[in-house]
Amino acid sequence: MNVKVGDIIKLENNQFVAADLLLLSSSEPHSLCYIETAELDGETNIKVRHALSVTSELGEEISSLAEFDGTVVCEAPNNKLDKFTGVLFWKDSKHCLNNENMILRGCVIRNTSWCFGMVIFAGPDTKLMQNSGKTKFKRTSIDRLMNTLVVWIFGFLVCLGFILAIGNSIWESEVGDQFRTFLFWSEGEKNAVFSGFLTFWSYIIILNTFVPISLYVSTVCSDTDGVFLSFSILMDESMEVIRLGHSYFINWDQKMYYSGKATPAQARTTTLNEELGQIQYVFSDKTGTLTQNIMTFKKCSINGKIYGEEQDDLGQQTNMTKKKEPVDFSVDPQADRAFQFFDQHLIESIKLGDPKVHEFLRLLALCHTVMSQEDSAGQLIYQVQSPDEGALVTAARNFGFIFKSRTPETITIEELGTLVTYQLLAFLDFNNIRKRMSVIVRNPEGQIKLYSKGADTILFEKLHSSNEDLLTLTSDHLSEFAGEGLRTLAIAYRDLDDKYFKEWHKMLEDAHAATDERDEQIAGLYEEIERDLMLLGATAIEDKLQEGVIETVTSLSLANIKIWVLTGDKQETAINIGYACNILTDDMNDVFVIAGNTAEEVSEELRKAKENLFGRNRSFSNGHVVSEKKQQLELDSVVEETITGDYALIINGHSLAYALESGIKNDLLELACVCKTVVCCRVTPLQKAQVVELVKNHRNAVTLAIGDGANDVSMIKSAHIGIGISGQEGLQAVLASDYSFAQFRYLQRLLFIHGRWSYFRMCKFLRYFFYKNFAFTLVHFWFGFFCGFSAQVGKKYIFFL
Amino acid sequence: MTWSATARGAQQPDNTAFTQQRLPAWQPLLSASIALPLFFCAGLAFIGLGLGLYYSSNGIKELEFDYTGYPGTSNCTVCAEAGQGRAPPPRCSCAWYFTLPELFQGPVYLYYELTNYYQNNRRYGVSRDDSQLSGMASALRHPVNECAPYQFSSAGLPIAPCGAIANSLFNDSFSLWHQRGPGGSYVEVPLDRTGIAWWTDYHVKFRNPPLVNGSLALAFRGTAPPPNWHRPVYALSPDINNTGFINQDFVVWMRTAALPTFRKLYARIRQGNYTAGLPRGSYRVDITYNYPVRAFGGQKRIIFSSISWMGGKNPFLGIAYLVVGSLCILMGFVMLVVYIRFQDQHDEDEDEE
Repeated sequence: MNVKVGDIIKLENNQFVAADLLLLSSSEPHSLCYIETAELDGETNIKVRHALSVTSELGEEISSLAEFDGTVVCEAPNNKLDKFTGVLFWKDSKHCLNNENMILRGCVIRNTSWCFGMVIFAGPDTKLMQNSGKTKFKRTSIDRLMNTLVVWIFGFLVCLGFILAIGNSIWESEVGDQFRTFLFWSEGEKNAVFSGFLTFWSYIIILNTFVPISLYVSTVCSDTDGVFLSFSILMDESMEVIRLGHSYFINWDQKMYYSGKATPAQARTTTLNEELGQIQYVFSDKTGTLTQNIMTFKKCSINGKIYGEEQDDLGQQTNMTKKKEPVDFSVDPQADRAFQFFDQHLIESIKLGDPKVHEFLRLLALCHTVMSQEDSAGQLIYQVQSPDEGALVTAARNFGFIFKSRTPETITIEELGTLVTYQLLAFLDFNNIRKRMSVIVRNPEGQIKLYSKGADTILFEKLHSSNEDLLTLTSDHLSEFAGEGLRTLAIAYRDLDDKYFKEWHKMLEDAHAATDERDEQIAGLYEEIERDLMLLGATAIEDKLQEGVIETVTSLSLANIKIWVLTGDKQETAINIGYACNILTDDMNDVFVIAGNTAEEVSEELRKAKENLFGRNRSFSNGHVVSEKKQQLELDSVVEETITGDYALIINGHSLAYALESGIKNDLLELACVCKTVVCCRVTPLQKAQVVELVKNHRNAVTLAIGDGANDVSMIKSAHIGIGISGQEGLQAVLASDYSFAQFRYLQRLLFIHGRWSYFRMCKFLRYFFYKNFAFTLVHFWFGFFCGFSAQVGKKYIFFL
Repeated sequence: MTWSATARGAQQPDNTAFTQQRLPAWQPLLSASIALPLFFCAGLAFIGLGLGLYYSSNGIKELEFDYTGYPGTSNCTVCAEAGQGRAPPPRCSCAWYFTLPELFQGPVYLYYELTNYYQNNRRYGVSRDDSQLSGMASALRHPVNECAPYQFSSAGLPIAPCGAIANSLFNDSFSLWHQRGPGGSYVEVPLDRTGIAWWTDYHVKFRNPPLVNGSLALAFRGTAPPPNWHRPVYALSPDINNTGFINQDFVVWMRTAALPTFRKLYARIRQGNYTAGLPRGSYRVDITYNYPVRAFGGQKRIIFSSISWMGGKNPFLGIAYLVVGSLCILMGFVMLVVYIRFQDQHDEDEDEE
């Protein structure tokens, strides 16, 4: 199949996409096209792509498609699966293209009988291919030790060869010379020195068996020393075979098989097993790793009033709200964890028609990325990309604001029994920097509204000044929620007038069409419209701890493994979860909290914490505390030993950004490494990776990162060992990981059983291997002294010896 | 998430002893109560074995005579002097007289020993053609290059057997004479020269080329003997089963020795009146002195030896066992003392393990 850039190809249902395509038209209304990206990013929910309205008119007319003569100007091939920028020039007009118009190679077409697409990237330029083969080569410390050993052994070999060569020269001139009657000189080597030279090489060949050289010598760019080429001579294949066996033992382990999701543990790399037994630092994500990532809508605060307070598990069950929509409920993706909300007041408020409450629920039903689908029985199924959204939309649904369906231009919801269709004017998507998402819709009355939900810290800065009172009230509520370990989101809206929106929309379209700095321009425009918001309230979602987390954490700390929790959550939430799963305990001598807003504040706080720590110990450690200069060097052992007691450090993303700057990096490191536990909250994915790199590069320690979401990928990749939890949030983390399993608690078994055994077995094997090699090979060296250093192999005479 | 219902359980790992790493395994915990008896037992067993080996080695009688002929050592000096600097050395004979005060218990083996002789040198060891020696007609005419410079004679004929090992064949010969009474005549003691080579060497590895018209000499026509040889290979012995490549002296010589001092079997004495060994009396060994060793400082010896179940005389093995066994017992006692002395602390240590 010679697919070339510019070709227009037709795809049918359930077909694999062969190249990166620009969707032109499809069989579905609005030229939608449903795709499954499991091969690409591992997510199994169905995603929707749509064609530009101009091209969708092409339909399936082959002749008109053949006449299509648009020109696409787009970005160079890259590996970003979720981004595409380009412009289509066709019929004298300019249309901007984004990821929503693209169907990438590796996807499968679903629920779409046919679609046409124009090839944008083909072959190795496709995003799928650009993503492949970029795995970083990870090696274990045993491998590295082995490499140095091999170099030493090789040196030893050369020495032996040299000694024997000298011996040969001497022998040939002293003894062999008189032995000519029986031991001729052959032509060309009538010289003792030359004979010695030849003997040297002979012995290198004979004795080489004790150099554990494998059959391949690979050259690897060592990443720390830049371009320095290191010849990493790897161990014999047998080492790899043993590791492969260990990997199979991990895959086979029934105690790491999660029957809930029918997922066995998986060793995705076979080369790192023994490193598992050497872990000193565990970097863990919180959501989905320590917790289940099954979100349940627990509480909300609407217009300064908390709903969902009275938690009486059994008492009010009968008059619960959950039976409001029995049919829908039974097909709910989370049907087994039936939605429960323990407050009658909210229902009453809804019935009374409190506009704020209605607006709140309407927002929950409108502002999300959930896809709805009807299954064969005609029941609604929500396809969710993040469980938080699922929980919120499901909550709205249960309270009578049912999200029905969406098209690129409209969203249809059922408001207390009446179908209402909103026109979707703009969608301001979520990302880790913005930490919020918004939709701009026009309701049937023609009003334009911006609905926004997002992290409270971000959203509160964007509020209209009239919200002061409500803000304080809601903030109190939020801290209360966070204190209970709930995940919180703030909810706000803004009324827009037609003219202002039109102007803004025009600018947005221009920005979309821009070729350079497009993202920055768009981000600026988003900032521009998401202001003067009116606060509605906040939601609180509960994320329960996974089974066995507490036991696992306890045994990890018993094994002197330090646990760092890196989470995007609020500080209070993080601390709360920390206490809940025993990472933080009440017996800790001190918990340092670093939450400065400027570099000076942060460094001051770090200094104080350090003083506190070292000062306290100085009194009875009698000068064992290292002097300032030597700290860097002796950090590893001395400091740690002189500090007694448990300490914990809590630092937020803001402060971390300053602390990671080179100046006070060492202070942070020093402090953090003394602490038993470190909790970093509000951190970005990049910071996660930076923290891991910090420990990895400055401490000679083996690190392990465990996480489940796309935001953990960078951290998983940078740690010595990355573990992916195959849980709720797609499979990106698993795809980037070295090991994957379904529950955090399996970490215990992976490290303490498989890691330990692998390490023991590997060490035993290597010890035996070296012993065997030396025993077999040094015999030749010894025999050299008896056979005139002539490179004769002694084993030949085994029966005579 | 679409975790299909059919897949449930399908991926569940097998519950077998192997996959779950539950195979029975046993690892000794080397505590004092196990290690100490182990040391004593091993020590005693080794000492017992060592004593047995040492005494059976000591029970082996050896009679040795150096006939190299360094000045003032024996009457072979004459031969040695005569052969000095002449190649090939002239035929020369000398003799060794010895008296046995009592019966030399049989079976008696007659060895010759060479010292400082590097049969194990690689260049020497590779200089042979095994396919020629296995009787392959083509290899007879075309010896391998490893044989050089003993591959082709100066006349251009292929040398059979080729190579340095064959060329340096040991060519002294011995005969043993017994004087029954004082002043009596010497009677030749029959030497069994067959069955001195390995069975596999004699029957498998070394074969004569196919006979031509029933004659071995014709089979070797067109080849030359090695330069040091006085007679062609087919004339090594009149016995058709002991000549050519399957001559037993030749086969013995061709199995090269591992160390520069080595013995090779020359004959066994087990015939006639000598089945029980060599009886009391005077003996004479007539030596045909051909082989030059003084040039490289070597020595030639002739040895009469009996054997036991453990082979020839070798006290080393017994001594090694005795030393290791004693060390075991000694270490056992040391550890016992340590164990009794520090028993209390020891218990704590064990807990840590």
